[in-house]
Amino acid sequence: MKLAILSDLHANRQATEAVWEHATQQGCDKTALLGDYVDYGADPVWVLDFVQQRMQEGAIALKGNHDDAIRHGSSHNMGEHVQESLNWTRQQLSAAHVAFIESLPLVAELDDCHFAHANLHAPSQWAYLDGRMEAVRSMQVTTHPFVFCGHMHQPCLYHLSAAGKSGEFSPVDGTPIILSPMRRWLAIPGSVGQPRDGNPAACYAVFDTGSKQLTFHRVPYDHERAAQRIIEAGLPLFLAQRLRDGR
Amino acid sequence: MTPPGKLQAGDVIDQFRLKNKLHQGGMATLWDVEPLQGEPDVPLIMKIPRIKGGEDPATIVGFEVEQMVMPMLSGPHVPRFVTKGDFIQQPYIVMEQIQGESLRPRLDKAPLPFEEVADIGQRVAFALHELHKQHLVHLDVKPSNIMFRTSGEAVLVDFGLSRHAQLPDLLEEEFSLPMGTGPYMSPEQVQFIRNDPRSDLFALGVMLYHLTTGERPFGNPTSVSGLRKRLYTDAMPPRAHRPNTPPWLQEVIMRCLEVDPAKRYQTGAQLALDLQHPDQIPLTKRAEHMAPRGSLSNIKRWFKAMGAEPEAQANATQHVEHSPIIMVAIATKASTPELDKKLLATVRRIMQIEPGARLACVSIMKMNRVGMDKLMDEEGNSLHVQQLVAIKHWARPLQQQLQLDEHRLTFHVLEATDTAHALVEFANKNQVDHIVMGARGNSALRRYLGSVSAQVVAEAECSVTVVRV
Repeated sequence: MKLAILSDLHANRQATEAVWEHATQQGCDKTALLGDYVDYGADPVWVLDFVQQRMQEGAIALKGNHDDAIRHGSSHNMGEHVQESLNWTRQQLSAAHVAFIESLPLVAELDDCHFAHANLHAPSQWAYLDGRMEAVRSMQVTTHPFVFCGHMHQPCLYHLSAAGKSGEFSPVDGTPIILSPMRRWLAIPGSVGQPRDGNPAACYAVFDTGSKQLTFHRVPYDHERAAQRIIEAGLPLFLAQRLRDGR
Repeated sequence: MTPPGKLQAGDVIDQFRLKNKLHQGGMATLWDVEPLQGEPDVPLIMKIPRIKGGEDPATIVGFEVEQMVMPMLSGPHVPRFVTKGDFIQQPYIVMEQIQGESLRPRLDKAPLPFEEVADIGQRVAFALHELHKQHLVHLDVKPSNIMFRTSGEAVLVDFGLSRHAQLPDLLEEEFSLPMGTGPYMSPEQVQFIRNDPRSDLFALGVMLYHLTTGERPFGNPTSVSGLRKRLYTDAMPPRAHRPNTPPWLQEVIMRCLEVDPAKRYQTGAQLALDLQHPDQIPLTKRAEHMAPRGSLSNIKRWFKAMGAEPEAQANATQHVEHSPIIMVAIATKASTPELDKKLLATVRRIMQIEPGARLACVSIMKMNRVGMDKLMDEEGNSLHVQQLVAIKHWARPLQQQLQLDEHRLTFHVLEATDTAHALVEFANKNQVDHIVMGARGNSALRRYLGSVSAQVVAEAECSVTVVRV
């Protein structure tokens, strides 16, 4: 099974389309969507429709903190600027969309993989996996060797040996990594809709569950168009600028 | 999981039948194997790790590294990877069997003839450069990990300690002691740096030293303090052991053994280039020494080493990219002053961008396909020498403007019947990254003879820049 792992789409239609086309060309036959479909971007409805369509085809889809905030308000670790785009996003969504978001789970399992939006050790609290210590906690709460999380917008790969030694790696775009089943792995594919490592190209990852081969990809897309859509929607200007900067 | 000790000839593991046990090492067992179905196009071996009592991090992690790295490597300088078995059932790697013995038995025959040492050094340096270009630092270069194909190429085996710049380093956090083989470990490896390709050139230097003199340059230390000695003490110069060691060979070996990686050869290709052209090696004080530096100098360096933190190095990928070999083909007769000037300007730009680049100035001395060649002019002067003088003259402005030291510049006059073919062959043999050459004008001559540059562009394995006026 060739699994496409997409996270933090953030209502960015142009990025999602480009990533989906790339994943299709890679021959992916299963999709895992790790949450944060809405907020920041100008196309929440289109992205939610995309998610529902993928689910009909058998995709896994989780709920992210920005999705959760549509109904329950922003959580403590979301910035104040989020309020404005969150309010705008709520106005775009139908009751059916909100109900759909509410129905999404926080975690999911598939073969020897375990998925969560923010982290696996306390998925409903949305704490960031911003270092090895946190990543190790998430790798230790599951019996599965492969964990996938979103929420952090920079791609990263953590690993934990049987002897308890952990490591952290910044993946190289397009280079396949064979994950040894002798250790635990936690992969963060990076954000489709709002990359933040200085490179505006969209992030996602492909995992071949047979050969245990994981590849992080960067997909360039028309981020000018996505930024223009944000400006036209009247959303805060810096949300457009950060797509251009990839910050 | 069957304990490897219990495996017998005839046993089947996945799709392979074990034939003969070829080697029983401390870390792994090697079996000659055949697939249950089909004929393999090359003989195969299976490497099975010896995991003692289930808990053996060194063997397990080393084997994990090898399983991760080997499928990423290609080319004649590594055994071809075929398949692997995971740790849940039976861990193994099936790969191409390289025929013959490793370099290890030659070590017992040291000291070896100087030509053989240079030849081994050149072939291993060439192979290491090919690995470094594939983002890999081997980190355990030693005679028992080097084999030779019947076609002559050196092959590196055993990637259990290696570091791939584009893959996670599973060994980085695993051990609190420096990793490597005591006699061969570079100073930076002793200090836990695992991403510098020049570490492999240090290990090659240790090997060449041993093959030349019959002695190890730094002994065989077993403690960390013993290993750290190489941070502040020089090896005895090879000539102290073997007085007739040619100065150029001592220069090469001692340069490989520099404590500071920046003072070593910067790439395997640059080292191989020197070993293929010993007469071009500029000799420094390294070549002269008959005894090691005095103890006062060692004490000073001991203090320096004590507090020294190794600098963060560029990884294999970046390092190799920044130290290319540039080759300029100089047509001493067919050129024009305008073309010469433009060729010079183009080469200058390239050399300025990469301060780690080396420049090989090459000129072809055209020979006849049949009949006697004239090797002397009317006055009896060597035409070869005349052509060498001409290309040195061509390069002089470049040398002065960029203040290129001798290490960054070599000159080669090649005698050949087919100019383009000779240029391409030189580039391949010396792992040239970029050829720069002039194109003849749109003359009747070119229409009649064809274009040399077009042929080079078509046949070369590296980048080619064709300069036109």
